[in-house]
Amino acid sequence: MSLVTVLLTLSLAPLMPGVINRSKAVFAGRRGAPLLQPYFDLGRLLQKGVVYSDVSSGMVQLVPVVNVALFLCCILLVPLGSLPALVHFQGDFVLLAYLMGLGRFVTMLGALDTGSSFEGMGASREAFFAALAEPAFFLAMAGLAKMTGALSLTGMLQQITVEHWLHAAPSLLLILVALFLVFLAENARIPVDDPTTHLELTMIHEVMILDHSGPDLAMIEYAAALKIWLMAAIITSVLVPSGSSPLWLPFFLLLMVILGVLVGLVESSMARLRLIRVPQLLIGAGVFAGLALFLEFAQ
Amino acid sequence: MSPLFWLLILPFIGGLAALLDGRSKTRSALWALAGLTGALLSAAKPVFMVLVSGNNIAAALPWSMVAGPLELVLDPLSAFFLLPVVVLGPLFALYGGAYMRHYRQEGHWHGIHWFFYNLLAVGMILVLLTRNGLSFMVAWEVMSLAPFFLVLFHDREKTARHAAWIYLVAGHLGGILLLLFFLLLGTSGHSLDFVTFQPQLLSPGLRHLLFALAFIGFGVKAGILPVHVWLPEAHPAAPSHVSAYMSGVMIKMGIYGILRSIQLLGGPVFAWGMVLVLAGVSSGVLGVLFALAQHDLKRLLAYHSVENIGIILLGLGVGMIGISLGRPVVAVFGLAGGLLHVLNHSIFKGMLFLGAGSIQQQCTSLEIDELGGLKKRMPITALCFLIGSAAICGLPPLNGFISEFLIYFGAFQGQTVASAAAAWPLLLTLAGLALIGGLAAACFVKACGIIFLGSPRSTPAAKAGETGPAMYLPMLVLAAACCGIGLAAPYFFDLVRYPLAVLLPASLSPSPPFVGAVGRLTIISLVGGGVIILSLGTALIRFFLLRQRTVCRQPTWGCGYLYPDAARMQYTASSFARSITLFFDTILHSRVEGAVPGEFFPARIGLHSSTPDPLTRFCFTPLFSGIAKFLGLLRWMQHGRVQLYILYIVATLFLLLTALAGGWL
Repeated sequence: MSLVTVLLTLSLAPLMPGVINRSKAVFAGRRGAPLLQPYFDLGRLLQKGVVYSDVSSGMVQLVPVVNVALFLCCILLVPLGSLPALVHFQGDFVLLAYLMGLGRFVTMLGALDTGSSFEGMGASREAFFAALAEPAFFLAMAGLAKMTGALSLTGMLQQITVEHWLHAAPSLLLILVALFLVFLAENARIPVDDPTTHLELTMIHEVMILDHSGPDLAMIEYAAALKIWLMAAIITSVLVPSGSSPLWLPFFLLLMVILGVLVGLVESSMARLRLIRVPQLLIGAGVFAGLALFLEFAQ
Repeated sequence: MSPLFWLLILPFIGGLAALLDGRSKTRSALWALAGLTGALLSAAKPVFMVLVSGNNIAAALPWSMVAGPLELVLDPLSAFFLLPVVVLGPLFALYGGAYMRHYRQEGHWHGIHWFFYNLLAVGMILVLLTRNGLSFMVAWEVMSLAPFFLVLFHDREKTARHAAWIYLVAGHLGGILLLLFFLLLGTSGHSLDFVTFQPQLLSPGLRHLLFALAFIGFGVKAGILPVHVWLPEAHPAAPSHVSAYMSGVMIKMGIYGILRSIQLLGGPVFAWGMVLVLAGVSSGVLGVLFALAQHDLKRLLAYHSVENIGIILLGLGVGMIGISLGRPVVAVFGLAGGLLHVLNHSIFKGMLFLGAGSIQQQCTSLEIDELGGLKKRMPITALCFLIGSAAICGLPPLNGFISEFLIYFGAFQGQTVASAAAAWPLLLTLAGLALIGGLAAACFVKACGIIFLGSPRSTPAAKAGETGPAMYLPMLVLAAACCGIGLAAPYFFDLVRYPLAVLLPASLSPSPPFVGAVGRLTIISLVGGGVIILSLGTALIRFFLLRQRTVCRQPTWGCGYLYPDAARMQYTASSFARSITLFFDTILHSRVEGAVPGEFFPARIGLHSSTPDPLTRFCFTPLFSGIAKFLGLLRWMQHGRVQLYILYIVATLFLLLTALAGGWL
């Protein structure tokens, strides 16, 4: 049964960017690309050749390999809805956060490997914003742990019951908001980063992978899709009630789609923040999580 | 004869031989290396025995000290701190032998250098083994003075003399506090032997005062903010293997001192844990911020030592809070994380300083913005430096993650069970560690990326080549240790079992949390191994995918400007860190000199930014110049006439005798 989490994630992850892009198109009054477009893109990229910068020295090749490998490992650590994670132990979310940190570290180095100043800009911003998002994530986790008494990701996410919603709804909502902001920042979405702009100067994640092509790019895109899926799963699993009701799976998938639409809605309704405003947003996320903890301790 | 005796005497003999044979660069280095290797061999068995069994090894030497024979005790805590001293000492000496051959100028008597290098090792060993306040202070002074001569190796350079001077002053101000600490503590048992101290007889206020003395006194050596100011001066000035030994090993003696003094004071109270956490957060966050603003690689690494001492303090602080709350899980995880980070930091920071030395030797500069593209030219150094950088950022599957995980978990578990008043330092630890980790990653991406990747930014960097095996082998050994500790974490975790028990009160049993920790670390190591295996698998798939495809190399897109110089268009270290340093400018106060282009046809202009230590600038320099000004008022007494000096002595003696006769003293 636990293998289901792996198979679901592996097969459905590229659907998330598809849902987000489709909902953005619908909000803009267009029909938009098919939902399965990310799969087509991956397939097409996998059939191409590769171009490397003549400055690069191997770090660029490491980026796709390490990113795919470690997000495959991350799949094992994240629970889906009512299904526990394949590997869960007390403190596993620290490992999860730092595995993602390793991916970021390698991606940033890969960006600097080409000697392009655009990619340097992207790496610099990514480094700064990630550093600010990290405390927010850990404080949100601390809030969940304080609420449920559990210390593993699976335990924390699955032990949230209706009781918690009745007694501590404000804290839970604050934690969800903090996690959502971290989700937007980590996955390079508006208002932190705009993946669709035509100007490299204003991008963060997309500009770091500017010089990747072919199967390398496909692997990076797939790893990015896995990241969106896994972080979205953490948020939605808070909302899926625990228990063994067979209805959890459709409910969970529905929530994932709703989250995707929500991201699309955010992207359609606001512009990317100016780069000097982004730290305020991320510190704000940390403050939300801290406030949730404050409320819990005050009880 | 006890192995502890050989441990102490062999490096000293090696140092003496190096001094006598000091005309030859190679032979003096070999003598020093032989002495340190002897120490390693004689320490191997006792250290292993003590760490595995938890029993102490004691030896009394027939040397008459003021207060009786010199007694040496190797308990698990000493043994744990001894490990990096004896293992890294010869490794760095091996590197140093090759590194120092580079310095051919006249007037460098290499024997002196190696003598003091070994003397530093002897001082540290004696600090760890002695159990008497007096001999501790003697050893501490030996350990503090030897680096002064090591830092002063480039004595013709003004910066080196300045750095050594600051180091000397800082070390001695710390030493005064320690002297007071031992004298005050000694009054409780009317002896300076550690076993006779009776902290339970002291009033709580006096115990707090003693803790403050020890914390600041040892904190100067450890490099805790705000008394860290000697580190960013001394490390860049010293030869690289000395920086590695000082930063990797010597500053940990400060941590040892803090732990030992807490033990001597009869165990921690909650407030001390809180002090450790607060000092840890401020050292960690500010240390990494100062590091981000630096352009000189060794200065940057020196500030990272401040940061990592902060992480160690966070772990120990969490542990102390756990002890005072009576929570074994919090206590064990916090202390274990802090102790393991001591070992881990000595490994990766030592390696990073060695890497900096290799770069300096090949490129004659450590200015990050003048380097670039070294990965192609120095592949082995680059690989080691990369592994060390990932490890110092606490990334899995390397060793830094293991210790940080333990600290995270201790704080995390603690905040779910503690009351609000006790939980806030733990939450501060969580948020602080996360921020430190993120900023450290930013800083090391900057250092690695700008130095090793891209195109070279100067001619020396373009002409650099790989160093000799004597210089890269020690780095490879340390890189392997980083991976090994990360991938076999449960075994290395066993090293802290007994050192940790020394610090725990008898009422807290370390066993149940210990078993849990081993289980978790096993999974972490397995997942780490999984990442590596999956990476290899993915690389294989990628290899087969690309076999029949066209793979070509093209110039990086430079917005159409490939001429005149694509290398100069690259992002620099300053521009990489700019967004962060700008955001924290209220703390950093960076100085920017130069002009921005203003006219329609800009002429050649220059821009230079620097971030001197804000604490030196705004706190210590005004303080010390104020003191100097005040003491300048007394200068009329110092006129150089010997007759009058003798008169001073006679007058003082007369006054003292009168006081004694009058019964006022």
